[in-house]
Amino acid sequence: MKRNTAFNLSCPLPLTDHPKILMAHGSGGRMMEQLIDKIFRAAFDNPDLQTAHDGAVLDIPASKLAITTDSYVIRPLFFPGGDIGSLAVNGTVNDLLMCGARPRYLSVGFILEEGLSMETLWQVVQSMRRAADKAGVHIVTGDTKVVERGHGNGLYINTTGLGMMEHDRLISPAQVQAGDAVILSGDIGRHGMAVMAQRENLSFTSPIESDCAPLIAPVMALLDAGIKAHCLRDATRGGLAAVLNEIAAAAHMKIDCDEAVIPINDAVHSACEILGLDPLHVANEGRFVAFVHHGDATQALDIMKQHNEQAALIGVVSEGKAGMVTLQTQIGGRRILDMPSGELFPRIC
Amino acid sequence: MKFVDEYRNADTAEKYAAAIKDITTRPWTIMEVCGGQTHAIVRFGIADLLPPELNLVHGPGCPVCVTPLEMIDKALKIAARPDVIFCTFGDMLRVPGSYKDLQTIKAEGGDVRIVYSPLDCLNIAKDNPAREIVFFAVGFETTAPGNAMLVYRAALEGIKNLSVLVSHVLVPPAIEAILSGPQNKVQGFLAAGHVCTIMGTGEYKPLAAKYDVPIIVTGFEPLDILQGLYMCVVQLEQGRAEVENQYERSVREHGNRPAQDLLADMFRVVPRKWRGIGKIPQSGWALTEKYRKFDAEQRFGIADASVKEPPDCISGLVLQGLKKPGDCPAFGKTCTPDHPLGATMVSGEGACAAYYKYRRDEAA
Repeated sequence: MKRNTAFNLSCPLPLTDHPKILMAHGSGGRMMEQLIDKIFRAAFDNPDLQTAHDGAVLDIPASKLAITTDSYVIRPLFFPGGDIGSLAVNGTVNDLLMCGARPRYLSVGFILEEGLSMETLWQVVQSMRRAADKAGVHIVTGDTKVVERGHGNGLYINTTGLGMMEHDRLISPAQVQAGDAVILSGDIGRHGMAVMAQRENLSFTSPIESDCAPLIAPVMALLDAGIKAHCLRDATRGGLAAVLNEIAAAAHMKIDCDEAVIPINDAVHSACEILGLDPLHVANEGRFVAFVHHGDATQALDIMKQHNEQAALIGVVSEGKAGMVTLQTQIGGRRILDMPSGELFPRIC
Repeated sequence: MKFVDEYRNADTAEKYAAAIKDITTRPWTIMEVCGGQTHAIVRFGIADLLPPELNLVHGPGCPVCVTPLEMIDKALKIAARPDVIFCTFGDMLRVPGSYKDLQTIKAEGGDVRIVYSPLDCLNIAKDNPAREIVFFAVGFETTAPGNAMLVYRAALEGIKNLSVLVSHVLVPPAIEAILSGPQNKVQGFLAAGHVCTIMGTGEYKPLAAKYDVPIIVTGFEPLDILQGLYMCVVQLEQGRAEVENQYERSVREHGNRPAQDLLADMFRVVPRKWRGIGKIPQSGWALTEKYRKFDAEQRFGIADASVKEPPDCISGLVLQGLKKPGDCPAFGKTCTPDHPLGATMVSGEGACAAYYKYRRDEAA
């Protein structure tokens, strides 16, 4: 195994031999071994992976562990600001962080479609490697399957993450209390709109980049500063609205927010206006909401602003009608902030 | 965001609200026609700012809502055909017909595609010469020019594998149906700004005169609506009944002449059934003889069928301003956006769906 191939920018499998994934790459024979060795092991290179074992045996000190899993089926595979590879790492890393855990290990399962270009796969695994390095996690075990052409979307990825709890605080929806401050980590709606624009070939004058990123820095900074963070939740599918509704329901609390202070950049705002979408329903992949004890709100906001200057205190938790989320509108009215009811469809006029 | 935030300014909204309060001396019932206005009123909480004497009722101007069940059923039948690529605006996907919706047809293998512009269908037709491309041409006068342009271009370019399922409806006949109803309560209208951008304001003058109601052509942002309401209340308090244009930044008195010429060539006026309301004479458009070969109903030989609405739905009364969503016993209980019983709950711009989404705590 030549370690230095891990940092090549082009695909290490000779393109003339197999420029595309064949069914044989998933059949357990020599070609599969070659694929694992030259693509996956080369890219993810770490001692645990080099054992070539059926699984990884990890040396973990006695600690509480957090585990989470997620599957990534995004179309298109590459979008402004990210790709399915960085998303598959960041999404799972962020779920561990939301548990208050330090992300350590990932497993990765690939479902490849026959005919996928080897160069594309190489780009995706390189992107995973970069994202893993950034988040400080090792990809220690994996699986590869190949499905017939027409039965996949190029590739699907599942990642499972293992993280360590380095403190004994409880961070979960049940810990949310009346009076907690609701702090959002940055502007919203960029990931969903970037992907939609790319997928549907919509061109906006100012291109929108996904916010796809690991949240390790702001979350660890909050935890290290001893902030009483009662709950953390990343605002992925369903957007900010879904997160607030989920937490309000799980905590049996009411949440009141102020629409005017929720940061949304102009390009996202314009795209949503044109398509008739509510930016609060649009997905993010690098934003989270912290429910923080009111006494720590100012300090928590300061810390979060150091990592993203658009972080904002957007609302407060109260013992009102359990499960209800309301929004003070821009013009001073009030409305319910509802869960999105399903897939986001653009409006007729 | 420029050209939007200016029209959502809280201080100006407060000033307008105070001005409306100052001039209102007795109860008035005002209807906004367009679903986009309904949505803005409920979403921004405009009623929260108004004096209690003003009663806002919500009109029939949500095109998705008023598309009749029979037409949705026709769409479902065509979309299920293996030789068809069925193209539609996104918000029609969730609207249930009498037995299923387009989302389900898609899941069952139908080739149903969301388009962002009707003209997208031209490329789909060119890319798929062996398939039939059908576009669901729904909407009021606002969307009609875009839909008409699709047929015009298809005719010009000799594209044969494309047709449209037309379900266009018109605003003035619906206003007349409401005003001539024996129980009518509406005393003033906010007319739909984008409809008038196309058609101009002339059609509304005979209505204002005949039924003695002020009609204010109004935009869609909170300040547009507050200004439209202010202009309407001024007329009501002064006993005037004129057509005025609040939405001057978009609407010209004569509208968009080239669009009107295209529409006159493409469509003829026909009676149409409105979901929840029933048949309104001369209230819709169908293709003229010249473009009849692009009519999907003809091409696929889909027969008319009559379908009954659920009996406990009061959406017809809501669409005519006679009831509000909260007056319905089914609201939020057996009727929700996920399981709508009728017209006003099926689309986000329907009054019931907007109340459910933004203020079900007050309405229920």
